[in-house]
Amino acid sequence: MIIIITNTNLNTGTEASARADNRAFDELRNLKIEAGILERADGSAYLEIGGNKVLAAVYGPRELFVRRLMQPNRAVLRCKYNMAPFSVDDRKRPGPDRRSVEISKITSDALSPAVFLEKFPRSTIDVYIEVLEAEGGTRCAGITAASVALADAGIPMRDMVVACAAGKSDGNVVLDLSEVEDKEGEADLPIALMPRTGEITLLQMDGHLTEEEFQKALDLAIGGCKKISEEQKKAIKNRYGD
Amino acid sequence: MIFVEDKEIVIPGDILSDEEYHSGRGTFKENDKVCSSLVGLVAIRDKKISVIPLQSKYIPKRGDVVIGEVTDIRFSMWNLDINSPYSGFLPASDVFGKEKRELNRTFDVGDVLFLRVVDVDEVKKVKLGLKGRGLGKFRGGILINITPTKVPRLIGKKGSMINMIKDETHCEVIVGQNGVVWVKGEPAMERVAEKVINMIEDQAHTSGLTDRVRDMLAKLLGREPQESEIEPEISDEVEESGELEISDESDESDESDESDESDESDESEEPEEKKESKEDEMD
Repeated sequence: MIIIITNTNLNTGTEASARADNRAFDELRNLKIEAGILERADGSAYLEIGGNKVLAAVYGPRELFVRRLMQPNRAVLRCKYNMAPFSVDDRKRPGPDRRSVEISKITSDALSPAVFLEKFPRSTIDVYIEVLEAEGGTRCAGITAASVALADAGIPMRDMVVACAAGKSDGNVVLDLSEVEDKEGEADLPIALMPRTGEITLLQMDGHLTEEEFQKALDLAIGGCKKISEEQKKAIKNRYGD
Repeated sequence: MIFVEDKEIVIPGDILSDEEYHSGRGTFKENDKVCSSLVGLVAIRDKKISVIPLQSKYIPKRGDVVIGEVTDIRFSMWNLDINSPYSGFLPASDVFGKEKRELNRTFDVGDVLFLRVVDVDEVKKVKLGLKGRGLGKFRGGILINITPTKVPRLIGKKGSMINMIKDETHCEVIVGQNGVVWVKGEPAMERVAEKVINMIEDQAHTSGLTDRVRDMLAKLLGREPQESEIEPEISDEVEESGELEISDESDESDESDESDESDESDESEEPEEKKESKEDEMD
């Protein structure tokens, strides 16, 4: 499918621009990643994609004091995703809720396959993801940022996990859904993968897609991940003034 | 086939070479390809490829000398934070022998000690000891944390870098292999040493560092003051201990400072030295 991109204003043009923000169907929002911005964390990253602003901090490997979580043969990767009360238009009630608990868990699951956890038995690696501003696709932004922060912390990994979403909005399969497209669209498909091998570490779907649309959305999301992955690499190399 | 150059910065997942190279530290093998697992600099030696990390945590190893802070006192041991995922313990019997004494009279929570890793067992319990030359409690001074992988760089070849800092600032400097550095001297000089050490950590991956450190020291000091008293003695010690042991890693990682040589019983010598430094403090 080809969508003709024009500069027609959203208010006047109806069919000319398929997406609310005039993006092409396979176009990402503006992306910026910076590594190593927190002084006290072992590793950190700041990521902006469209209207999302996300901060990720990694501490560890460090001593695990919760004995029941301790694994005798590997480290545990604990993630905490949190949205700041001011990150959305209507103030969010601070503290964990069902959504953030879920995202914390899937972030940990998405990152774990890439990390050599077996190198640090009986310890923990803590990842904190703080959403400062949200505009759709924060879980993907969080995973992408967390992976840069993990690399920055010097934690051995097989690959840098990268995440991106595709979905269906207004009947079209599109990449990197914005908040409006996510809320009013028909489907959302966030994925995380290891770009070198192409192994998918996270795949969720919200809404309905036909098999054909699903294939298309998946291909789009994988393409988006590859692009974001390049930015991740640049962010790390910039940190050391390559 | 090799895909990277020596000293190139790589990131996790980067493919380094084909199977004709061996996989060294900081790398792993996957489908006949050697890949990097870390952010670091490529080091190619013969047919072995490894990645020197730019950032890491200290993993305790038997025989290392480390600087630790007492975090807890138990019935018969001290618990210490050694800037690592695994905390260490110092058995009271190691300090007192068979004698029974109150532990907190000797070392209290918050005290900073210079220790040796005696053993690391399967469950990652780190046993520490105080037997050895120069090991013991620090009085005064400041602590600086650096990345453990940059310790060899801070020490330099045969202690060249660290000796330069010592000579120029007239500070006592002791580096633990866990990346904790203890500096003691005049407060202004301590600050200079701290700045220089932080700069070395920042730029450890660049070349020509020694010259830049020399320039920075000259700039920070403005001139070369000359009134050393304790200095020569310390640098002697470093030189004699410089070449022994701990060089299990690459060439320049000979750890140094007043450690090593556990034959003499220097418990007697220890307090003297400390007293001396205390007097300095008073002046």
